[in-house]
Amino acid sequence: MKRSTIDLWVGIFVAIGIACVTFLSLKVANLTPQSANATYTLYADFDNIGGLKVKAPVKSSGVVVGRVSNISLDTKRYVAHVTLTLDNQYPFSRDTSAEILTSGLLGEQYVGLTEGGDPDNLKQGDTITITSSALVLEQLISKFMLSFAEKGDSHASHAASAPQ
Amino acid sequence: MLELFAAPVRKLGHLTINAIWRLGFVSRFLIAILMESGQSFMRFSLVIREVYFAGVLSLIIIIVSGLFVGMVLGLQGYNTLARFGSSDALGALVALSLLRELGPVLAALLFASRSGSAMTAEIGLMKATEQLDAMNIMAVSPIARVVAPRFWAGVISMPILAALFNVMGIFGGYLVGVVMIGLDSGTYWSQMNNSVDLHYDVVNGLIKSLVFGIAVTLIAVFEGYDATPTAAGVSSATTRTVVTSALVILALDFILTAFMF
Repeated sequence: MKRSTIDLWVGIFVAIGIACVTFLSLKVANLTPQSANATYTLYADFDNIGGLKVKAPVKSSGVVVGRVSNISLDTKRYVAHVTLTLDNQYPFSRDTSAEILTSGLLGEQYVGLTEGGDPDNLKQGDTITITSSALVLEQLISKFMLSFAEKGDSHASHAASAPQ
Repeated sequence: MLELFAAPVRKLGHLTINAIWRLGFVSRFLIAILMESGQSFMRFSLVIREVYFAGVLSLIIIIVSGLFVGMVLGLQGYNTLARFGSSDALGALVALSLLRELGPVLAALLFASRSGSAMTAEIGLMKATEQLDAMNIMAVSPIARVVAPRFWAGVISMPILAALFNVMGIFGGYLVGVVMIGLDSGTYWSQMNNSVDLHYDVVNGLIKSLVFGIAVTLIAVFEGYDATPTAAGVSSATTRTVVTSALVILALDFILTAFMF
């Protein structure tokens, strides 16, 4: 086989390799938006973050506006201290509330931001004060069971008192 | 009587010494390849020629098997995920299993049986027909002229083939999940984006395939160089290449996975 043909094919081969790696990084691993754009950092304290993980999305009205960049435990107050990295093009007012939501029944957890009405916006390093924790299924069930048991008790006492 | 007991023990000792000797030989062989690689990089057209035979000619088998592995993953993954009502996660399932395990491992197994065996047979036959000896007499180092270009060609080709396998697999999963079953195309890609991390998944997978490339090609060229210079010797060396490569790939995969993930 001629040398130039081999060179051409190997060139095509390497180009395919580069194209594949680029595709994997850009399209599959989604390297582009957050790292390219300028970002700002906000903090939020939650009583319970449930299964929230670092790199989980931060969404507002379902649109991804940033990512969770760090999670730590505040040992003074024993609350979860979550660091959010948001895209500069999405400003939020000072009374924005943050809650931890789940996408789907068994899906991943994310931070949902709901815009408030304050004219001033949150700045780099500010803390979101209005937060609500993740719904933990066990706590929900135990609460439900407890109220159910109480109801059952009152029922039972009613039933016991009725014949008199 | 004593001889009756000594014979199997002696055999065991012989096997052990033989195994250690071969391991030492492989290590020295690798060092010799690395020492003499300079010459083959000076004449890079030799490496390019071998990349053509090892890599370019493997394209078809890698593309077809990647596509089919992806489609099977799509079908099986959809069946299982649909049972839990989370068929949306199909994209993540396909991409992660391909990037982390299946892509590097299957591409390396295919590469070992397609190109590794060919390298062994070629070098073994060169040895059987005394071409390597002839080179030595002409003061051409057979390691620099024959072995090193093949080794580097394998090391270069393997990550490219694994990346191509991954892309084809993800495309195969897309064909089954989105085109055939009718999942939402946006969900397929966004679930993938959310769960795949560039460094953790993509780069680690490429590192894996690079390690496999080094291992498979080293085994292939070594078995060829070490083959008994007869027709039967070359044939058994070719078999050994495929078997040893497969075992080494799977063992290395376990070790690398334990360290990486």
